[in-house]
Amino acid sequence: MSAAVIPLAPQADPPRSSLTADTALIFSRYARQTLRSRYQMVFGVLQPLLYLVFFGPLLTGIHLGSTGSSWQVLVPGLLLQLSLFGSAFTGFSIIIEKNHGIVERMRVTPVSRLALLLGRVLRDACLFVTQGVLLVLAALAMGLHAPLPGVLIGFAFVGLLTLSLASLSYAVALNVDRPQEYGPLVNAFTMPSMLLSGLMLPMTLAPGWLNALSHLVPFRYLVDAMRDAYLGHYATPAVLEGAAVALALAALSLTIGTRVFRKAGA
Amino acid sequence: MALIETSGLTRTFRTKRGPVHAVRGIDLTVPAGEILGFLGPNGAGKTTTLRMLTTLLPPTGGTARVVGCDLAADPGAVRRRIGYVAQSSGVDPHTSVLEELVTQARLYRLSKADALARAEELLHDLDLTELAERRTGALSGGQRRRLDIAMALTHRPALLFLDEPTTGLDPRSRAELWQLVRRLRDEHGTTVFLTTHYLDEADALADRIVVVDRGVISAEGTPTALKARYGSSAGATLQDAFLAITGHDFTAETVPRPTRSRV
Repeated sequence: MSAAVIPLAPQADPPRSSLTADTALIFSRYARQTLRSRYQMVFGVLQPLLYLVFFGPLLTGIHLGSTGSSWQVLVPGLLLQLSLFGSAFTGFSIIIEKNHGIVERMRVTPVSRLALLLGRVLRDACLFVTQGVLLVLAALAMGLHAPLPGVLIGFAFVGLLTLSLASLSYAVALNVDRPQEYGPLVNAFTMPSMLLSGLMLPMTLAPGWLNALSHLVPFRYLVDAMRDAYLGHYATPAVLEGAAVALALAALSLTIGTRVFRKAGA
Repeated sequence: MALIETSGLTRTFRTKRGPVHAVRGIDLTVPAGEILGFLGPNGAGKTTTLRMLTTLLPPTGGTARVVGCDLAADPGAVRRRIGYVAQSSGVDPHTSVLEELVTQARLYRLSKADALARAEELLHDLDLTELAERRTGALSGGQRRRLDIAMALTHRPALLFLDEPTTGLDPRSRAELWQLVRRLRDEHGTTVFLTTHYLDEADALADRIVVVDRGVISAEGTPTALKARYGSSAGATLQDAFLAITGHDFTAETVPRPTRSRV
């Protein structure tokens, strides 16, 4: 080992952290990890793409309770499905990090607990919005017609849902020791959520009891809002309700996630 | 100046079977520049104490000041002033050594240029320069431990917590780490709070040893003083003293065997 001097004079006044800078730092760390993993980028979008290619054509010409085309009904649902399944499973990564001691090391640094969470979930939001762009491009090639503002509003919903679900996913995963326990837990949440929120087909087609039940699922409001936006209707009650639910869900989830990060491992 | 001062430090866990009193009122003073060996059998409360002092776990009672900052009132200030090397490595196995060091320095608000300069400085001083571009997952146990210590030093902390730093290391790597810890103290006055399962390590490194058992301090003193006070014969070892203090056969109960493969 080198005999050189390690300069260790304590800093007189170590600088304080700022939430923005901390979040950017954590975001860039995880973004670099994602960019290294080409498989994550490509295969993440595969499932909704398969629905688009093999399921979408079945709906062509069928009346889906909407004034628009079947693509304007299906694509918003697939985008939210991408976000729902993708972000719900992000917790796996933090179980691995926890077992490597990475979470604990970061919690001993002065970085704010909110930044530790925000940096991660913003990376996830960027990832799934990027995959969403690929999906929409494929849908355009298959026959989707939707106004640009509506498509952009859709991406905003995807981003907000990802922020929410990824926060909750990390929060739950921090309290789980093994990936084997986490998988069934996530499946138990995502499948009913997908079926009850009308991601594949509008719940207005469902019998009354199922339609009523679906109103208890927050994602129902998001998908209804996105479908309106894809039709070019931006100031409808559905869009406003969807925005309110998405923002409330994001605020609640980030609060829960930050609390869990503060206590993780305690 | 004392870098750690605790008074009645307590941690009680609420469980379904009732409260568990993991730490029951620890009074501790660690002066600047000291290497303190913090020992105890499994479940004695040493990890809980260390986690409280490093802000990972809030105390349920008592007070503590760490590097002059109140642990409960300003844990952020404590975090800015301490370094912590956990039992598990805490580095991403897919990231390069240099990238991990730079990111760690940036977490302490060093600018990009300063973080890079500091990382290169530490790589040189801890004999890791040739490994700068290597993935941390490809490092040997001893190399990874040196990286862990380098990570903990990026912000030049006055107080370094080492949680069983040589567990799983081969004898040569252990000896190198001992040498490094001594250098930190001797050349730079770094205060070290060391938990270890190896009594020979505590004997060789620590200026003073504190033994905890069942959540309270059961003995403290220099290794020589403990051996003289609790050993049954003139040639008593720290192992003999530990057995007399706690009634536990420390080695048989808790010491993991050193191996080359595990950090």
